[in-house]
Amino acid sequence: MKPQNKLKKLGCAAIAAAAFAVTLPVAQAEDTLFIPSLTYRTGPFAGGGIPFADGFADYFNMLNERDGGIGGAKLIVEECETAYNTQKGVECYEATKDKGALAYNPLSTGITLALIPKAPVDEIPVFSMGYGLSAAAIGEKFPWTFVYPTTYWNQLSSILKYIDANGGLKDQKVGFIYLDVGYGKEPLPLLENLSGTMGFELAKYPVGVKEMQNQSAQWLNVRKDKPDWMIMWGWGAMNPTAVKEAAKIRYPLDRFIGNWWAGSHNDLKAVGKPGKGYMAANFSGIGQDFPAVQDILKHVVEKGNSKVASADDVGNVLYNRGMFNAVILAEAIKVAQEMTGKAAITGADMRVGLENINLDEARLKELGLEGFTGPIKGSCADHEGAGSVFLQQWNGEDWEKVTDLIEPMNDTVRPLLEEAADKYVSDKPDWEGQTCT
Amino acid sequence: MFYREAGQFKTTYEADQAMLPIAQDRVGLLLILLIAFAAIPLLASDFFISSIMIPFLVFALAAVGLNILMGYAGQLSLGTGAFMGVGAYACYKLATLFPDLNILIVVFLSGFFAAGIGVIFGLPSLRIKGLYLAITTLAAQFFLEWCFIRIGWLYNYNDSGAIEVPQRMLFGLAITGPHATPITRYLVILTIVAIMTLVAANVLRGRIGRSWMMIRDMDIAAELMGIRPLFSKLSAFAFSSYYCGVAGALMVFFWLGSAEVESFDINHSFLIMFMVIIGGMGSLAGCFMGAAFIWVLPVILRAIPSAFELNILAATMEHISSIIIGALIIFFLIVEPHGLARLWRVGKEKLRTWPFPYAT
Repeated sequence: MKPQNKLKKLGCAAIAAAAFAVTLPVAQAEDTLFIPSLTYRTGPFAGGGIPFADGFADYFNMLNERDGGIGGAKLIVEECETAYNTQKGVECYEATKDKGALAYNPLSTGITLALIPKAPVDEIPVFSMGYGLSAAAIGEKFPWTFVYPTTYWNQLSSILKYIDANGGLKDQKVGFIYLDVGYGKEPLPLLENLSGTMGFELAKYPVGVKEMQNQSAQWLNVRKDKPDWMIMWGWGAMNPTAVKEAAKIRYPLDRFIGNWWAGSHNDLKAVGKPGKGYMAANFSGIGQDFPAVQDILKHVVEKGNSKVASADDVGNVLYNRGMFNAVILAEAIKVAQEMTGKAAITGADMRVGLENINLDEARLKELGLEGFTGPIKGSCADHEGAGSVFLQQWNGEDWEKVTDLIEPMNDTVRPLLEEAADKYVSDKPDWEGQTCT
Repeated sequence: MFYREAGQFKTTYEADQAMLPIAQDRVGLLLILLIAFAAIPLLASDFFISSIMIPFLVFALAAVGLNILMGYAGQLSLGTGAFMGVGAYACYKLATLFPDLNILIVVFLSGFFAAGIGVIFGLPSLRIKGLYLAITTLAAQFFLEWCFIRIGWLYNYNDSGAIEVPQRMLFGLAITGPHATPITRYLVILTIVAIMTLVAANVLRGRIGRSWMMIRDMDIAAELMGIRPLFSKLSAFAFSSYYCGVAGALMVFFWLGSAEVESFDINHSFLIMFMVIIGGMGSLAGCFMGAAFIWVLPVILRAIPSAFELNILAATMEHISSIIIGALIIFFLIVEPHGLARLWRVGKEKLRTWPFPYAT
């Protein structure tokens, strides 16, 4: 995204927000459900944070407009700005937790790690959708943390499975280019482990946060090492830079696969045509051709209650992911309401709701999200829901879904996740897990 | 009239050399301590304590550390964030290696590691000054950040590269970890900060502090008068880094609960430098004023919309608060380039002669 565009977009968002602020008084219904939304509409990653926050807020607004909330209780979404900064994130948590917060979406690995130990104490679940600590998938050890629909590790195993199915992985050289922070380093233990068992050679290319936009050194090494496949764990400005550099050294882009934070419209629009062929993982449908998205357009966007700059932004990758985050929370609220029999639930009820979530094909169709994502079923032990990812490919102008859902290698990854969870708990003698029957 | 010391006779040398020679100052400080130790824990909300007071104290301590180096010894440093990181990582390593050691001892010990690293990176100050020295401390910042990422031993080979605070008790109360209440954490931090500020005030009034100020004012003259630059400069680095290190350990253990390397990046070095400059170089009270200005004011500004039921988007408020803080910084630096502490001193003079502006 060009800086001017970004500024313009921010400006529009601000104006839209101001207009929104004037026209909509806060309705205090009898029963309310309070959902804090930690956003990063400002700061270095705002380009990715804005569509996500829009999708998240719009879905809940749509439920309020269309159904009058969930189970008769109105939803109140309060945004708190973190600018992707851990300290501000913790401040947001402290500021909103006493208002009856049902769940937190920290949206940054740093904030997630800070909130995980606090969740059991304050009895508010942390829902880090597909990011954060992979080990949190183990429900016995992390009763208050959820990572539906999948983890970084399982996603990586899906990508490797795709490579294996398209030419084999044995004796191949796989390059891994990653942002050199907690987020990017998270899959390394699994990669190192699998490179032994699956018999591929691993080459690592770390990219420091300060050199996100200058990766010539890394790609020079790629040209020298000639890996057969490239996998990327990137974010923000790192993604378009990497794809541009790959195109520059004529690396075959259809053998270059990003994770789900490295495949948004923002990233590839900045590259445009030369990025044709680049692949990325995703778990939320692309585009507006889903009844639920149409409802958002009808009930929220067309009434001018959305913060999106234009209706075209609805349906892009990150917008739909923010919406999907809201879908899972809304479903958990519904489950919790059914199980407890009350409309205004608490954080502890929400935990039970999240644990018993069951988004099967039929339910997805009911929600107007048929084919949007794979089925997710949680349980006491499984806080990951065995979700799958699919791969999408950039055709020069837009993303296209090119594979079916690829199931992760649960048999291989699950024991490793359990090991990691044990390690996390090992130096915390007073950590409280739960026993699952 | 209000600050008139007329009638306060000093009959001993001790009274004449006291830290606060004027009775009004002593009463004022007592009042502040009373509010901090009694009124705030009794009356303030959890949010006020954990998101305003605790960070404020942590940053004030770090600002004291930098002010010793920059304001009193005249050595520019851009490595504050990294020195805080050294303290935090040292504290984490010590706490996990010796789980039975009292956490307060661990916090104080971890400062020594920061002091050691500070001395090593202070060595160039013997040859170079001013902005050039700032650049060598910038090297410290980048090098130490690199260490925090690359050396897995420092974070016990944690998968996410973060350090996480274990629970530790004091007198049967949890003071770190998620079970520690904000009030306990606040009281621990407040006690440490109060004691360390008192120590700093006395060191600065004494022989060592005076030698730092001599070096700051004119190093050649100081050398001719028998001050050893090697000892003075390096002791300033050690003392300052010790304070920053303890502040870093407090930040992770008593405030955030976990930290990645981003918590110690260059932006924090700048943040603390701004606190020192806005508060006033060469003033301990200024450190607290600067920390309040840079950290507390934005938090309060952000809380305004929800307090008055104004429906302003959080991100918009973030922009507005940046604009306001930026404008205020420019305003204060134009009105009083020597910082808020100087403003307070001027105010004190005015109060002293009030209501007769021309009396001396």
